[in-house]
Amino acid sequence: MSRTVTLTVDGHEVALPEGSTLLEAARAVGVEVPTLCYLETLTPVNVCRICVVEVEGSRTLVPACSRVAEPGMVVRTGSARVRRARRMVLELLGSAVHLDLAPEVASWMEEYGAEPGRWGTPPAPEPRVDNDLYVRDYGRCILCYKCVEACGVDAQWTFAIAVAGRGDEAHISTEYDVDLPESACVFCGNCIAVCPTGALMAKSEWDLRQAGRWTPETQHTTTTVCSYCGVGCNLELWVQDGRVVKVTSPLDHDVTRGNLCIKGRFGYTYLHDLPEGYLTPIDHLLSRF
Amino acid sequence: MFGAGGGTSSYREIEETDLIVLWGSNARAAHPIFFHHLLQGVRNGARLYVVDPRRSESARFADLWLGLDVGTDIALANAVGREIIAAGLENREFIRRATTGFEAYAESVQPWTLDRAEEVTGVPAAAIRDLAHAYATADRAQLCWTLGITEHHNATDNVLALIDLALLCGHVGRYGSGLVPIRGQNNVQGGGDMGALPNKLPGFQDVEDPDVRARFERMWGRPIPPRAGRHLTLMFEGMEEGVVRAVYAIGENPATSEADAGRATRLLSGLDLLVVQDLFLTETARLAHVVFPAAADWAESEGTVTSSERRVQRVRKALDPPGQAREDRWILSELARRLGVDWGQPTAEEVWDELRALSPIHAGMSYRRLDAHGGLQWPCRSEDDPGELFLHSRLWKDPIEGPPAPFMAVDHDPPVDRLTEEYPIRLTTGRHLDSYNTGVQSGRYRSPRRVGGTLDLDPFDAASLGVRDGDRVRVVSRRGAIEAPVRVSDGLRPGLAFMAFHYPEETDVNRLTIEAWDPKSGTAEFKATAVRVEKL
Amino acid sequence: MDIRFMEVKATEAERAALDPVVEAPSTSPRLVVGGRTARSRRHLLLPALWALQTGVGWVSRGGLDEICRRLEIPPAEAYAVASFYDLISLEERPERTVRICDDVVCRMAGAEDRLADLAARLGPEGEAWERSSCLGRCDRRSAAFVQEVGSAGRSVAPFDPAWLDRPPEPTPVVAAGPLTERIGHADPTDLDAYRAAGGYRALRAAVAMGPDAVIREVKDSGLVGRGGAAFPTGVKWEAVAGSPRRPHYLICNADESEPGTFKDRVLIEGDPYALVEAMTIAGYATGCERGYVYVRGEYPEALAALGHAVDTCRRRGLLGDDVMGAGFAFDIEIRRGAGAYICGEETALIASIEGHRGEPRAKPPFPTTHGLFGKPTVVNNVETLMNVLRIVDEGGLSYAEHGEGRSRGTKLFAVSGAVAEPGVVEVPFGATIGDVISAAGGPSEPLAAVLVGGAAGSFVGPDDLDVPLTFEGMASVGGALGSGAVVAVGRSSDVEDLVRRIARFFREESCGQCVPCREGTRRQEEALAAGRFDLLDDLAAVMGDASICGLGQTASSAVRSGIALGLLGGES
Repeated sequence: MSRTVTLTVDGHEVALPEGSTLLEAARAVGVEVPTLCYLETLTPVNVCRICVVEVEGSRTLVPACSRVAEPGMVVRTGSARVRRARRMVLELLGSAVHLDLAPEVASWMEEYGAEPGRWGTPPAPEPRVDNDLYVRDYGRCILCYKCVEACGVDAQWTFAIAVAGRGDEAHISTEYDVDLPESACVFCGNCIAVCPTGALMAKSEWDLRQAGRWTPETQHTTTTVCSYCGVGCNLELWVQDGRVVKVTSPLDHDVTRGNLCIKGRFGYTYLHDLPEGYLTPIDHLLSRF
Repeated sequence: MFGAGGGTSSYREIEETDLIVLWGSNARAAHPIFFHHLLQGVRNGARLYVVDPRRSESARFADLWLGLDVGTDIALANAVGREIIAAGLENREFIRRATTGFEAYAESVQPWTLDRAEEVTGVPAAAIRDLAHAYATADRAQLCWTLGITEHHNATDNVLALIDLALLCGHVGRYGSGLVPIRGQNNVQGGGDMGALPNKLPGFQDVEDPDVRARFERMWGRPIPPRAGRHLTLMFEGMEEGVVRAVYAIGENPATSEADAGRATRLLSGLDLLVVQDLFLTETARLAHVVFPAAADWAESEGTVTSSERRVQRVRKALDPPGQAREDRWILSELARRLGVDWGQPTAEEVWDELRALSPIHAGMSYRRLDAHGGLQWPCRSEDDPGELFLHSRLWKDPIEGPPAPFMAVDHDPPVDRLTEEYPIRLTTGRHLDSYNTGVQSGRYRSPRRVGGTLDLDPFDAASLGVRDGDRVRVVSRRGAIEAPVRVSDGLRPGLAFMAFHYPEETDVNRLTIEAWDPKSGTAEFKATAVRVEKL
Repeated sequence: MDIRFMEVKATEAERAALDPVVEAPSTSPRLVVGGRTARSRRHLLLPALWALQTGVGWVSRGGLDEICRRLEIPPAEAYAVASFYDLISLEERPERTVRICDDVVCRMAGAEDRLADLAARLGPEGEAWERSSCLGRCDRRSAAFVQEVGSAGRSVAPFDPAWLDRPPEPTPVVAAGPLTERIGHADPTDLDAYRAAGGYRALRAAVAMGPDAVIREVKDSGLVGRGGAAFPTGVKWEAVAGSPRRPHYLICNADESEPGTFKDRVLIEGDPYALVEAMTIAGYATGCERGYVYVRGEYPEALAALGHAVDTCRRRGLLGDDVMGAGFAFDIEIRRGAGAYICGEETALIASIEGHRGEPRAKPPFPTTHGLFGKPTVVNNVETLMNVLRIVDEGGLSYAEHGEGRSRGTKLFAVSGAVAEPGVVEVPFGATIGDVISAAGGPSEPLAAVLVGGAAGSFVGPDDLDVPLTFEGMASVGGALGSGAVVAVGRSSDVEDLVRRIARFFREESCGQCVPCREGTRRQEEALAAGRFDLLDDLAAVMGDASICGLGQTASSAVRSGIALGLLGGES
């Protein structure tokens, strides 16, 4: 039998396996704690600080995503201190970079009453297109380290990117900021898969967005198995207008944990690299041939 | 292995093992997501040994890389075995209880001293000793291989030599210890599961066993030929002999993927009837009398595939096939109807349920359960069977269940294509990360990493030839010649060259390879060709 | 690792500079030992970067590539580390760069005027010269650090552009005590002089009493860390000594970078053998066979003095496999910081030694359980360790008789600014701010405030000069003892300008990891520049409450105390 710890979160007593985090404790009692830099499949880095909570007896707020629960802890996730810190994190981020592609941020801004505008407006995005598979737009980057972790020991072990510079000059970079094709990047796209703000995006999605033709409401996903080797990676095919527009893998699939290789993530295009305008069935057939 | 047609372990075991031996496998490029699991093992403290002629992408992660000569795997394995026995590190209790043939094996490896192995393989004796002791003393060890072991004229012997090592140390049948062949194609394992082997019916049941045949005949209402059929290499032998006159190729491109592709093309062209069912008009399809345009099974159809950890998973239809392409199942049923047998149009699930009724190891895997569990690992004999994480735990029961595992003494037999003054360079083949097989699918997306068909040479060889990156050379083997640009690579050594086989349109490496094949498995010796390189 | 090396190759000079630090890899076409063996050499990255910086003056693409080949480090990671440090240049620079302090104390003494003058003579900032934060030479009121190809660099204090070759004037100990009594009296290069002045008596006593007894004495003494956090040293030692996980490591934090602070430098330069001996005792007591001293990169004189002392002790059997013939092993490795204030934070310091970016991490777990290379680690400040000599020598109980509460023994202060005799002051705990200022010759002009604890500290008004400089005393006025910096600010100084400099300091020195600190320090500087004091409260709240480490948590304390004292914005 495994050991458990018992603690209190927002007045609810909860018992969890030893080693659980405060985030897990909060989720266990049904309390929502916002996260940006946290992902189940990555080592917590606790840098965004939006998940901070109050622990009785602690001088400062603590990050729920990484702080391990201790017996008898009294945790408050919605106190004025917590709310103020979260509001400020949102304001500081929202005034530094563009967050419109981060799915939940707008609702959090509302919930915490954040007004990033009083600190200024973020500089215009500068998408960097240096290859045919990814687009990087660091005008959306909150430096959550997820891409660095996915490129590093948490998944890929390629180490093509890292956080370079210091302080307000810290940024994600290859060595000497060379273009991705000149770096060690193997284009697995596992960084894209974990990016919470759309700073990293598959070119297929980016192109459609640029053209105003990215329509999530018309998309459906189908889970299947990659055909490029015998490992058995699950793929989620995102289909819009009868075409695959993006490929991901489920985070909870224990073969991939959301990761893929270049072939699995980008090698689907042969399904329909049909020249525009060829509409008759026989032409379709011939064009694939 | 010992009667089961799949790897013994699950991916998650490699994350919790103590020692990983990657032998004849560049999984980093060929099986990237399997390699993720391997790397988590390394992160958790496992040591990694890589045995490969090249210092491949995978070898660069190794604690120790052993760069043996191409085709000397048995010499190395036997020396490892001899050293384990000589040092008294073999698992005597396991050998006594669960194996047969140890004495003969021990005798057969006796001549393979470390020094002799160094002479034959090129690997320093101390490193062989290190590998032997590490493998034998590890509490858990995973021995993984791929085509570097099996694409040889003595493929089966190579595999047996590795299995012997696992038996010697008891590194099979326990959690974290196992034998792991990683499959090159998405459904090689599933094809075997379904009986797409010349001597097997679905579920690895022997076609020559009358009881087995009787069950299938009852279900199918048709007699089943009582003899094993031909594997691919034997089919080509049959074409050569004029016995095989018609071929129906489904999703296979032998005109470029076979060793000595020139011969393959000649034989296919001489058939009375060649039917090809494929996604694309491949080189083989171009030779066909009839072509059936097929759906991409993984995205345009329904069904199952089986992965290298024996996990059966569902593929699902996301798109309609383009134009007049049809699902394989539809084509086969329709063909049957026009040949006079009406199967109707069974759904994928109906076909699967029929398979479950006939194959005991798949019996418990209903579609409902496959969905609920994200796939199941065979054997899964009933609807309350969770499936097997690893095979052969029976060997650790006391007494063991089923037959003991036999040691199989095998000896070194060098590659058929000998190096001579005229053909002094050993050319080996393999994969690039961003490409797959003959490139018909993978060639169509815009990979920033695409290298294309190059001849990779050691800097010393390149300098001797007076060639640099990008210079074109002529590569000549005893069977043919092709031209290719040179890429100077630091993972090789003088006398060892490398080509990927993904780019038959530019550099059809299989014009060079030898069709010497392993009589037991039918695989050809893609990995060892003798060539000379001429500057153009 | 999918290492893809760069196309540019290293020059002969770059290879030669690297050879003594990291040998060229030996690869055979048959056999390569890599993996964990390669990864275990990662900690040589910063020394290798330093080798190029001092050897050829910068880290070129070819040079970085060569490091990566030798250490099997992915170039992006090596670049990320190199770009973290101010003293490592990734662009080609002139043979000589002068870094001139424009921080709080030098600023009060007219640094801006000097810089304007210099710009007129040496050309624009950023080429031959750069601004620097505090260089720890505040007693001379102006300072520079000269980085030059082929040398470890040197300090210039007082700074005079015409006299860049002149050695710095020594910092006086204006009020000596047990920790400082040898400084200026015993030759710091001479081991025998150190022994004649009582050196190595404590180690002999420690070995005689055994490791457990040493820890008991340290616990009984009530010694707490002098780096700012005031954690009981004996408790820390006991935690590491008792851990079954091996090996144990000792780290001496000599990355003294808090503006206005220079007492650790004075200790190392003036009494280096004492630090070696104190570390040896700590290693003996806690079961560490290896100790690291992480010395601030801008302290080349301290590095040289300590390097000499370590070499001598090693030669004389006082470090090594069998220390003093007493049957235990201990040795010291000196690591040079490279211009990053944050590396004074213990987890950042550990990351820096390991060859990673100097980014702090969340605690718990603490270094005592998960420290250097993941092993149990004692991290102590220089001054803290030096106290151990006296504790072992005299006994913990008698040490504890000085002072009260958590404040026992004596305390060093670096006193500078508007005082007559700036320098190091050692006083028994209990002395007030006024006492310490008097010890430094008293105010040189009427005081507007005293900045206690450096940039991370707070301003205390002239009415509070009777507050004792103890952990408890400073807490009573909402401040902290911090690093022991006491900067007297005269009425002639522009306090608002000083506060803006402090705000800039934090923006420049934030590691950039967590949002409250990276973005908050930037916004704090902007708000001050714009006179928007109304915005500071929210910033202080998020930085203080939600930053990962002490840097962000204290980045607003000086600013807020200045406002509270009415020293800013004419709000009084």
